[in-house]
Amino acid sequence: MNNSLDLKTVNYLDPCLQHKVWALGADIDTDALAPGHAMKYGMGVIAKHCLESILPNFSADVQSGDVIIAGPNFGIGSSREQAAAVLVVHGITAVIAPSYSGLFFRNAFNVGLLLLTCPHISNHPHRVVRLDIHDSQHPLIITEKNEALTCEAIPEFLMTRVKHGGLLNELRHQLSRNQHEPNHA
Amino acid sequence: MTTVAVLNDTHHRHQPEHDQTLAQKLVARSANMQHASVGEIVTCNVDLAMFHDSSGPRRLKPMLESLGAKIWNKDRVVLVMDHFVPETDNDARKIVRMARDWAIEQKLPNVYDSQGICHVVVPQHGHILPGMMCVGGDSHSPTGGAFGAYMFGVGSTEMLGVMVTGQIWLKVPETIQMNWQGKLTTGVCAKDMMLAMIGRFGMNGGQYQAIEFTGSTIASLGMAERMTLSNMSAELGSQVGLIAPDITTLQWLQNRLAQRATNYPHDKLVQASIEQLTQTNLSHWQTDAGARFTEHIFDATALAPMVAAPHSPANSHAVTEYVRTPIDTAYIGACTGAKLEDLIAAASILKGHRVPQNVKLMVAPASVSDMNEAKTLGVAKILQNAGAQFLPSACGACAGYGHTIDGHARVISTTARNFKGRMGSSDAEVYLASPYTVAASALTGFISDPREHMR
Repeated sequence: MNNSLDLKTVNYLDPCLQHKVWALGADIDTDALAPGHAMKYGMGVIAKHCLESILPNFSADVQSGDVIIAGPNFGIGSSREQAAAVLVVHGITAVIAPSYSGLFFRNAFNVGLLLLTCPHISNHPHRVVRLDIHDSQHPLIITEKNEALTCEAIPEFLMTRVKHGGLLNELRHQLSRNQHEPNHA
Repeated sequence: MTTVAVLNDTHHRHQPEHDQTLAQKLVARSANMQHASVGEIVTCNVDLAMFHDSSGPRRLKPMLESLGAKIWNKDRVVLVMDHFVPETDNDARKIVRMARDWAIEQKLPNVYDSQGICHVVVPQHGHILPGMMCVGGDSHSPTGGAFGAYMFGVGSTEMLGVMVTGQIWLKVPETIQMNWQGKLTTGVCAKDMMLAMIGRFGMNGGQYQAIEFTGSTIASLGMAERMTLSNMSAELGSQVGLIAPDITTLQWLQNRLAQRATNYPHDKLVQASIEQLTQTNLSHWQTDAGARFTEHIFDATALAPMVAAPHSPANSHAVTEYVRTPIDTAYIGACTGAKLEDLIAAASILKGHRVPQNVKLMVAPASVSDMNEAKTLGVAKILQNAGAQFLPSACGACAGYGHTIDGHARVISTTARNFKGRMGSSDAEVYLASPYTVAASALTGFISDPREHMR
């Protein structure tokens, strides 16, 4: 059983890439993403049960590079960060929703999952989208009809964190830098 | 709905710039600032980091080792084994064993193994004091706000960051005051207040800002009831659920710290905590008159017992809308709903009665200390005579750990969440209510208004 997270770095910076969309409703909770009964197992098992109570075929059919578009309050419930990490394991490039649980929001960036806050996203049913995150102050979602939907700005330090693939890698980077430069604050 | 909807924003004008909310003051102190401006992202020094067997060692140990990093300050760490205890299978045994081994290896000074649920055990040992900045590796960590501390939940990786640096970032929150006026009527309690607020504002109504509970109702509540309010701030979607400390807070903590000093004579940290408590400046840890906040006013005298129907705590209405709904399981458990005061509430309904054959009544006291006091007071006996089956003081069925709820059970529960599958079965229907309402429903086999059993 492996309890450490297998964090894959995903490419969300290529605005030419088309991402298949999984559409979910409002209030998707952490028990739906990482069910309590699977919590004693490693990420591989938790991943198999991801969203089983809502989309039974999700874990079998999801592919690396897909995105999730959901309604408001995505990730409400528990502090278990496996609820975010499980989406990283499945290779989800980003979650797009009008709002998130604050705790889930922190956890997602800490495990290297990009969240895009897009106030009007649920009004647009999509099969595929492209992402343009070149300017983290103005992230964009490009629809099939080539419309650009504006997302809320992502604080610079959180963008850095997600680019590192999460806080663990970021700390590793910082600690090794401190070792090499003993005077670094 | 029995609440009065008043949005008071007179405070938004003419406020002196230096006036701050309780939340701002707590953040400012931990960030070494005079004034914390709402919306600003700041780095805070952590006074206390709490985690449990599920969120803690099993995740932190491998990550710390892979970084070659050490815990910044072990005195400021509290570990509680509460999720996978008592161990029901080999996977659980492995997780708990890892927590125990790591506690010994790291020589952690504050460890509570199988003593109850962290959100109850940690305050009951006086670890959370007014003015502190605390993080917990669990979503119900806002419970610590009942003591006038800024306490919020974080995930394991974020906890790793705290373990390595002793610091955490946060965005200085806006404050939403929930101002409750008047006396609650018989059979109505803090759980009903929370279900009413969650029903009205929704599960993200708190918008990850600071909620502060204020007003004469709050002032008259004991610490256990205040803890229930702060605990379920998690279901209101706020980062913290604060209550300004007062004499009630200080006396409760004094007693708990004195007990800890007696029970743990080798605990070197307890004297420092007692000293820190005596220096609490109650007049500072209040929201200033000119601070900026949003206020909602509620009439406690008009509040009815509340029930949240499957599958959301926000799906809540007065109990009168659910009477005659059949139930087969009544669960009195969790940090939310099985403290001594909750057991006393249930016993006041169940005294001298026995639940029918077709109802399973389960009681999992929130802490061993609560269970012991319940035994001393004769409360445990009343519950037992009513047919209650006692379960270990642990998270248990509330979160689908250990002994879970099976199949198509129709459950009424004192816990905090009724998401689909939460208690172990996707087919279970879980209604949330107060210990009074759960006890009354257990007696009849239907969701019942506890006030009819209190005449």
